[in-house]
Amino acid sequence: MRPSRQPPFWLLFGAGGMLSALIGAMLVFITGLAGPLGLFGAASPIAYENLLRFARHPLGALFILAVIALFLWHAAHRIYHTLHDLGIHLTAPWWLGCYGSAAIGSALAAVVLLRL
Amino acid sequence: MARRQPYVRSMDGWWKPNPFFRKYMARELTAFFVALYALLLLAGLVALGRGPESYAAWLETLRSGWSIALHVVLLLAFLYHTWSWFQIMPKTMPPVVVAGQRLAARTITTLGVAAAVGASMLVLAIAWGLAR
Repeated sequence: MRPSRQPPFWLLFGAGGMLSALIGAMLVFITGLAGPLGLFGAASPIAYENLLRFARHPLGALFILAVIALFLWHAAHRIYHTLHDLGIHLTAPWWLGCYGSAAIGSALAAVVLLRL
Repeated sequence: MARRQPYVRSMDGWWKPNPFFRKYMARELTAFFVALYALLLLAGLVALGRGPESYAAWLETLRSGWSIALHVVLLLAFLYHTWSWFQIMPKTMPPVVVAGQRLAARTITTLGVAAAVGASMLVLAIAWGLAR
């Protein structure tokens, strides 16, 4: 059997799928519902100073990058293969659109985190 | 010579009649919500990097009714993703043998969901603790 041409993408898909399955729902709850609705009281984890402090810490930055990048790669890989199942002939532009946007999004997140 | 017009069967909704493939499509659809959420986080991060005013405006957007409604939908999609991810995990991971017996699919799914609950509680505790 010939080895797959795209093992890294498959790995990123798996890692992102696992991370989002483990904590995705809780992250949505914290950043999109509890935080904005003020359920944490005055000391919200998504308040400017708190989030900035978290994002400037190396571990915090790594966590944020892992979440954004792996979620993007997971989604890109899954969407790309689902397009095929929907009857779309997967030409180079589709590949570039899916994996390219994941790459650009990851790079943007890394650059912003490094410049904070 | 007449141009060949081979018959190509339409793929529209091929997955609809079969509950197995309907579940498959529902599972695959969660990827759109995962991508959307990652982009929302990225937008928030960019706002954070631009300074307090920019970030305050982003928080205001997050407080809008549209954003809250969207995040409720995202939450449901992520919960379904968690469930379906561990539902198919017995098939996507290599078999685990414990004490000479292959680990049952039910057990793997239960352990996965339990791990998700544990990890989520840890994330909540850290988020809570960081803000004190």
